[in-house]
Amino acid sequence: MSDADDLDLNSLDDDELNKQMQDDLYDGLKEEIEEGVHIFLERGWTPYRILTEVLVEGMRIVGIDFRDGILFVPEVLLAANAMKGGMAILRPLLAETGAEQVGKVVIGTVKGDIHDIGKNLVGMMMEGAGFEVINLGINNPVENYLAAIEEHKPDILGMSALLTTTMPYMKVVIDTLKEQGIRDDYIVLVGGAPLNEAFAEAIGADAYCRDAAVAVETAKEFVARKHNVRRGKSAAP
Amino acid sequence: MTGRRDATGGPRTLLIACGALAREVVELIRLNRWSHVEVTCLPAIWHNRPEKIPEGVRGKIREARGVYDRVLVAYGDCGTGGLLDRVLEEEGVERIEGPHCYAFYSGIEDFTAQAEADPTCFYLTDYLVRHFDRLMIQGLGLDSHPELLADYFGNYTTLVYLAQTEDEDLGRRAEAAAERLGLAYRYHFTGYGGLGDFLRTAG
Repeated sequence: MSDADDLDLNSLDDDELNKQMQDDLYDGLKEEIEEGVHIFLERGWTPYRILTEVLVEGMRIVGIDFRDGILFVPEVLLAANAMKGGMAILRPLLAETGAEQVGKVVIGTVKGDIHDIGKNLVGMMMEGAGFEVINLGINNPVENYLAAIEEHKPDILGMSALLTTTMPYMKVVIDTLKEQGIRDDYIVLVGGAPLNEAFAEAIGADAYCRDAAVAVETAKEFVARKHNVRRGKSAAP
Repeated sequence: MTGRRDATGGPRTLLIACGALAREVVELIRLNRWSHVEVTCLPAIWHNRPEKIPEGVRGKIREARGVYDRVLVAYGDCGTGGLLDRVLEEEGVERIEGPHCYAFYSGIEDFTAQAEADPTCFYLTDYLVRHFDRLMIQGLGLDSHPELLADYFGNYTTLVYLAQTEDEDLGRRAEAAAERLGLAYRYHFTGYGGLGDFLRTAG
């Protein structure tokens, strides 16, 4: 927003400030986002409320416009970097306040692939939605995934690939989980530009997530279903 | 696209190619005097929007039906995740083998071995060197937001220029591109590689 420098964010009421911050997020204005987060904290908003009602909601709109071809990767990256600025302020406060975790996710780009823009965006949006995210980074052989799920006991294993040549490695990971008899212990979500639903089904994943927003919604849905099953089992005579 | 027969009345072939291969394809046709082969291209910028490729190619194939005796496709999978192959199977048309142009220029086995040994290489061809500023710097928004450089290229270590022609100017530009991206530089001459072999099948 070109006139953002002239605008005193403190002069805005809560609704106006929220709208302004969502505009600033859309425009990738990191400093304005950081300033706005501080103002909301001073006004007594909880970190969780700022995260969900301002930052996540703003990124949701960014995601929709990316999906519709209105925004492109550079704009999404700038918005994500602005959100990261806000998250850096909120993360320690969220930990202090002990906000409830929706679930736990281990996520990483598969072996042979070093692309992580989409994967990092998914990780950030998952975190914003209340998941604990363990990000394994790039170029992960199956051993890394196995070690991480053993250590962290996540609800979800997320795998990403950008290359046609590396996406088949997701099947290697899933087949290894099957061989070890632990496939059904985890929700397996996959994503990446060359993937599609048919591929996800063919390799035995639970779902393909075409973008970060879908990944969050899918993750929430599967985790809720998993918890319902657990509750059902524990309630059974 | 033009008529259904060449001057001798012989069968005609249409090659549907990525725009990033246009110059090389035309040069191969000229060098080999394959006058029966005509070329039509789809936008090279689809390199960044591969979801457009399968249906774009299908449209070109259908336009060519009844006009040409044979249709070939000079696209790799190019990030379509197998969807291009599905379209080609449905339409009964062949494409050049390989996941992308880097592989069929280099030789698929050699490229695969290299990519597995070191996935941190970023590849340019002659075309991508020529259009580096437009496709990479402007296309990725780095002209107005250089701070995004690490987001895009932070995981790469080396820019590898896969050269189709021996052109000192392109070599200098590729090296400058590597410097701009903060990557080490390596030059590898491939020639036309599998592209030439594939076009011979059109002969």
